[in-house]
Amino acid sequence: MEPLTWTGVLGPVVVPLMAALAVALGIAVVAQVVLSFVPGARGRTEYRDGTLALVRGPVDWAALAVRFLILALVAVVLLVIVAGIVLPDVADKGILGAMAARLWPVWLALVVMFAVSIRYQRRLGLYGRLFSSTVGMVGLALVMFWVFTAVFAPLIATHDPLSAVSGMKNVVPGTPLTREGYPYYLLGGDNLARDVFSRVVLGAAEVLKIAPFATLFAFMVGIVLGLPAGYFGGWLDTVLSFLANLVLAFPVILLFYLLVTPEIVETGIPRMMAAVLFLFPILFLVVLWNSRYRFEPARNRQRIGITLVVGLWLYAGIAWDRDPLGLVSMPANVLVVFVSVVFVNAPTVFRIVRGLTLDIRTRDYVQAAQTRGEGPWYVMLWEILPNARGPLIVDFCLRIGYTTILLGTLGFFGLGVSPESPDWGSTINEGRRLLSIYPHAAVVPAAALMSLVLGLNLLADGLREESLRD
Amino acid sequence: MLKFLARRLGALILTAFAMTVVVFALTNIEASLRKLAVSEVSSRATPEEVERWMERSGFTRPIPVRYAEWLGVAPAYVTESDGRLYGRCVRQGMTLADVPRYCGVLQGDFGYSKVLRDEVSAVIGRSLALTGKLMFWVMLLMVPAALIVGVLSGMREGSKLDRTLSTFSIATTATPEYVSGVVLIAVFASTAVGLRWFSGTATGAMEDATFENFFLPVLTIALYGVGYIARMTRASMTEVMTAQYIRTARLKGVSFPNIVMKHALRNALIAPFTVIMLQFPWLLNGVVIVETLFNYKGFGWTLVQAAGNNDIDLLLACSVVAVVVVLVTQLISDVGYVFLNPRIRVS
Amino acid sequence: MKGQSVAEVDEPILVIENLSISFFTRARKIPAVMDFSVTVRPGEAVGLVGESGCGKSTVALGVMRDLGTTGRIVGGRVLFKGRDLAAMSDAELRQVRGREIAMIYQEPMASLNPAMKIGRQLMEVPMIHDGVSAAEARERAREVVADVKLPDPDRILDAYPHQLSGGQQQRIVIAMALMARPSLLILDEPTTALDVTVEAAVVDLVRGLREKYGTSMLFISHNLGLVMDVCDRLCVMYSGEAVETGAIADVFDRMRHPYTQALFRSIPLPGADKTSRPLVAIPGNFPLPHERPRGCNFGPRCGYFAEGRCDGADVPMGAVPGDDRHFTRCLRSGEIDWARPPAPPVVAPRLPPGDVVLRMEDLRKYYEVAGGMFGGGLAKVVKANETLSFEAREGETLAIVGESGCGKSTLAKVLMGLETATAGKILLYNEDIQDTPIARRNTDTVSSVQMVFQNPFDTLNPSMTVGRQILRALEVFGEGGSEEARQARMLELLDLVKLPRAFAERMPRQLSGGQKQRVGIARAFAGGARIVVADEPVSALDVSVQAAVTELLMDIQRTNRTTLLFISHDLSIVRYLSDRVMVMYLGHVVEIGTTDQVFSPPYHPYTEALLSAVPIADTRVTKQRIVLEGDIPSAMNPPPGCPFQTRCRWKGRVAGGLCEREVPPVVTLAPGHQIKCHLPADVLAGMEPVIQVAAE
Repeated sequence: MEPLTWTGVLGPVVVPLMAALAVALGIAVVAQVVLSFVPGARGRTEYRDGTLALVRGPVDWAALAVRFLILALVAVVLLVIVAGIVLPDVADKGILGAMAARLWPVWLALVVMFAVSIRYQRRLGLYGRLFSSTVGMVGLALVMFWVFTAVFAPLIATHDPLSAVSGMKNVVPGTPLTREGYPYYLLGGDNLARDVFSRVVLGAAEVLKIAPFATLFAFMVGIVLGLPAGYFGGWLDTVLSFLANLVLAFPVILLFYLLVTPEIVETGIPRMMAAVLFLFPILFLVVLWNSRYRFEPARNRQRIGITLVVGLWLYAGIAWDRDPLGLVSMPANVLVVFVSVVFVNAPTVFRIVRGLTLDIRTRDYVQAAQTRGEGPWYVMLWEILPNARGPLIVDFCLRIGYTTILLGTLGFFGLGVSPESPDWGSTINEGRRLLSIYPHAAVVPAAALMSLVLGLNLLADGLREESLRD
Repeated sequence: MLKFLARRLGALILTAFAMTVVVFALTNIEASLRKLAVSEVSSRATPEEVERWMERSGFTRPIPVRYAEWLGVAPAYVTESDGRLYGRCVRQGMTLADVPRYCGVLQGDFGYSKVLRDEVSAVIGRSLALTGKLMFWVMLLMVPAALIVGVLSGMREGSKLDRTLSTFSIATTATPEYVSGVVLIAVFASTAVGLRWFSGTATGAMEDATFENFFLPVLTIALYGVGYIARMTRASMTEVMTAQYIRTARLKGVSFPNIVMKHALRNALIAPFTVIMLQFPWLLNGVVIVETLFNYKGFGWTLVQAAGNNDIDLLLACSVVAVVVVLVTQLISDVGYVFLNPRIRVS
Repeated sequence: MKGQSVAEVDEPILVIENLSISFFTRARKIPAVMDFSVTVRPGEAVGLVGESGCGKSTVALGVMRDLGTTGRIVGGRVLFKGRDLAAMSDAELRQVRGREIAMIYQEPMASLNPAMKIGRQLMEVPMIHDGVSAAEARERAREVVADVKLPDPDRILDAYPHQLSGGQQQRIVIAMALMARPSLLILDEPTTALDVTVEAAVVDLVRGLREKYGTSMLFISHNLGLVMDVCDRLCVMYSGEAVETGAIADVFDRMRHPYTQALFRSIPLPGADKTSRPLVAIPGNFPLPHERPRGCNFGPRCGYFAEGRCDGADVPMGAVPGDDRHFTRCLRSGEIDWARPPAPPVVAPRLPPGDVVLRMEDLRKYYEVAGGMFGGGLAKVVKANETLSFEAREGETLAIVGESGCGKSTLAKVLMGLETATAGKILLYNEDIQDTPIARRNTDTVSSVQMVFQNPFDTLNPSMTVGRQILRALEVFGEGGSEEARQARMLELLDLVKLPRAFAERMPRQLSGGQKQRVGIARAFAGGARIVVADEPVSALDVSVQAAVTELLMDIQRTNRTTLLFISHDLSIVRYLSDRVMVMYLGHVVEIGTTDQVFSPPYHPYTEALLSAVPIADTRVTKQRIVLEGDIPSAMNPPPGCPFQTRCRWKGRVAGGLCEREVPPVVTLAPGHQIKCHLPADVLAGMEPVIQVAAE
């Protein structure tokens, strides 16, 4: 069989077209920026006699060109995707088309999600308003692309990510396979002759299994400690801030080396840390309910009861690996990585929450709550925290991205989840050894990681912009 | 001012002390020491032999005592057994009389690297010099680039220039060093793409740094930082540009370039200054990655070697240096902030 | 007093003709100013008055052509000395800005560059516009700084803005505006951020400078009294339109627009009285820009509204016959009997005060403050409250008056239990509570002392519905046995504060400032409060809303026989509603007595200055002008002896420099009337009233 080309039958049309569009776009962007410094190049909107008249200057024409070129590029990419799905023969699809075809559940999910969200935009609050910001939409699309890829990974992957196929070591993208199953290594093989495409797809699941939850736990810890530090101040604040600064002053890599090495894991220190850190969410919820419903004992008992039962069950499973029902567990190596990531992120969250608390606690509504005799935890959790949510949501998005980077760093130093794991950091680490000869094995996961983090950053930017708009 | 400095210094010393205690405890756990014993005695050592070696080397004594020795506030442990000297201060060819009484960090003795077969202080000195060279060029590239990008995009919020530059900054913050390094090597130094403009390793740069072998590592570290600092600068700049006093200046008839240069810039640079200084812990991160990636034997490379090979003395020394560097930059940032901001600078 | 007669032949400095300004957001176009015309002649001061959101600041920015990226002039002309500002190029505009037209804003601290020395900021103006050398510019700056009556100009020129006090900063901003001798000065609420006595001094300065330089002014303010003090003419704005414009005397005494009239009836003038002549609030709410009604914008809130006429076509400005350039935007101005007094109110009898419910004895509250950022030296002690003694009776309104730093907020905090007293006693129903922080008070005590806060935008939790917040208060106070009972009680409370029941489901951001303040009041009364501390409850509200909220508060007080501790800096409203008044200065009670006692001589010298400083929007009132020197000293560093001695104009009448050495004793002048002053009895007896109302 012939190796696949990148664009298949569309190649002769699409490749030159894309190249031309990209070059033109580059020129237009540069022109636009340069022209914006030239006085008089700006267009003017004139208002005479109450009517509006737009006079376009060179800058505006350049801006117009940029917009159309971007649209044209998007259209070409869409064409490739659609062609990939529509064309019947894999050989005709090309690598891009074939990948697009494999990713069909992702496209479907994205289209459904966007259609529904835009339809009910007005009712969805801040999330809905995201759809009026281009940046936010692009970010959300990128993030959700990877989320759906992770969810549908088993459907999308073409091969087993861990098994090697003889003769496929370091092959270039599009190399045909002699064995049964999917006939190509779409993105080539790595130095252990495994399929790069499948590894990246399953790596997404690996990354998205840890990063958001680790960030969530870091937020729980940061919130539970940051609120009282900012609210009470005094020695509590001094001690907690000192500890936070201590952790922050540690170079992250050193910390990882210290926490993730097998000798330390043996001592049980990470598990002890997990035992402490994972208590925070339960603590958070119990205090949250108790402060709110202390005047309604029945409802209070009910909520706290549910929280304790579910929380402690998960806690036993995750932190101690002793789930009485045997349903929940977390492998020891994943737990260690999880704990270290939480541990590194929590102090920053702590500082943010503390700062926000210091600001909000001077508000009159906080004083109003105090003057009607509310307890400190009610004030912190129900008066202060909800009003700090804007910056916290934005930071949450950014921090997931940052956690993803950290996980990659861990993988890069071989400290990751497991050496075999297809997670992106480890894959980059393995691929970099032969980087100057066979770059694809490292570049593909690198690009994947970059696009996910970029998406999260753009999403955070969109959220920030929209939440400031009130 | 002196009191302020003294207090900050006190906090610094306290933090450094706490950190060394933690690092010491974590590097001197028994399992690591046993591993060390196995590598020192022989890979087929019996448990009894390991136990003997541990005892002779003084590793069975309580941690606080060993920490005090390491710090140099307690007399160092030395023992003679089978005609050989054991103890952390013992070097090749010493007699019992030669061994100094105190040989801790406070005496300037960081110990001996068992893996690199050299004095730790010498190793650290060499690697710090190399990293210093790398950081110098990184700063030279990163700081002006970031500030220019940030100021240009922040001075007219929402303009096309702002959009373009902001996209650039976001893209670079989303690209960690191990991603950009990999991509840069793949594009500019691999046979696959064919643009062999730069060298894919920086080993040669240790002796003789040229544009060809040093630019990629410098660019890789700088890129990640540029985006972050630029975004901070932009945020600070946009905030300043909407301030009332900028409007005052505009309505005084000050021209736009003068508003940016004379009125906005100084106020807008206060925040990024702190950010640049606080970037050091993260830059250190990047240094470790890039030095590993480009095989440049600086501080980061040494740290990875020490950690990976369980070279306890070296790892401890690396931690101390890293922590001190971070804390000193924090101190500089605090002091500098006070100097830059006249509102805080009390007469 | 006012700028002298202006020659009619002079060409106007500024002519605004049918100006319309809109802001463009992604969703819609928001018209901010519509069909606005005003003329400013040489040497004339024109006031622009209106409530927040009426577009008065937008007009100013439109004149400066500084509307940002979203605002645009969509119609009309702005002629400055005959040239159309809207058609100028950027370079021409820069020549006009600063040199010909200068602007002064509300927040002096924000208008000065924090990282640039005052001198550089001042010198910049002539250096840009007249191209003079730095030395000459500095010389000019020195002169102007001396002109704005700042001491030691050289020291000031070398200072950074944060080293000056608020009053000094505002003087610098004024100096900066005057540097290039502009022909037009635009002042946008220049004194709103300042304390009353400092405001009076700045206003005095502005008036003096106007006489000296003959500069024309556009003076923007929400305060009618201030406008009367400064301006020759005024223009009243409502919802983006000018509704009435004319000379001060014409508009004040012969208003011809229902909104102007309603505005005057809603502010507490010296003649008003809470039992016999209560304030008349303007019903309804200010319309949002995209919800403006057809026809007359004021129509839905107007007492003279005529269906079919007022809600038809847009109403044009029409001249009022007989007056000089007096225009009104009212179709019915000719038909309305403007002299008819408002409908006689239901006269509520003044309640006799009941038993003493709250007594403070020698209360002291000291704070220890770490010595600045560098932690140098010993901790300083701030004496926020010094030997406060007073009592309050059931059903009584006790006003606590004072400017920033006088300790009135600390007093409230100690009373509420947010802080504990350093020394002294607080007796609430004969129970000592001075040492009991709120966490240890029982529910009864907590619910019986409640507070209404100052800032309506801050008083409600933005992420909880209105109903939920009131319900929470009911829960905490243990009101109502069940969820349903509390729900019903919550709706009753909404009725009590005259809010529709549907508001229970609203989020605070959907409410206007006045509505939020009503919710705050409902919340305070949720547990049947018997003492309510109202900390400037209306000062952040617009004039027309102020009246409604004030009346509401007093209604509830009358029915519940609540004791109201009304904290305020505004003596007009204090005189209107309080039974007794307590004047505070730097932590000391300097005067206490019944309202009549405090508002008539003999005064404490500070009370006297405070009375004189309050602008009164009534042409019949003549005031003795007392301008205090300098600023209020910092509570961190109070002067020795009498706290007021640094600014007191009577100090010379006390022999032997006693004021600088000893804190004055409390002197009882009449039963219930005490002052803290060294002045001998004969001097006090010789004091003249500050405010006199001419006989009608």
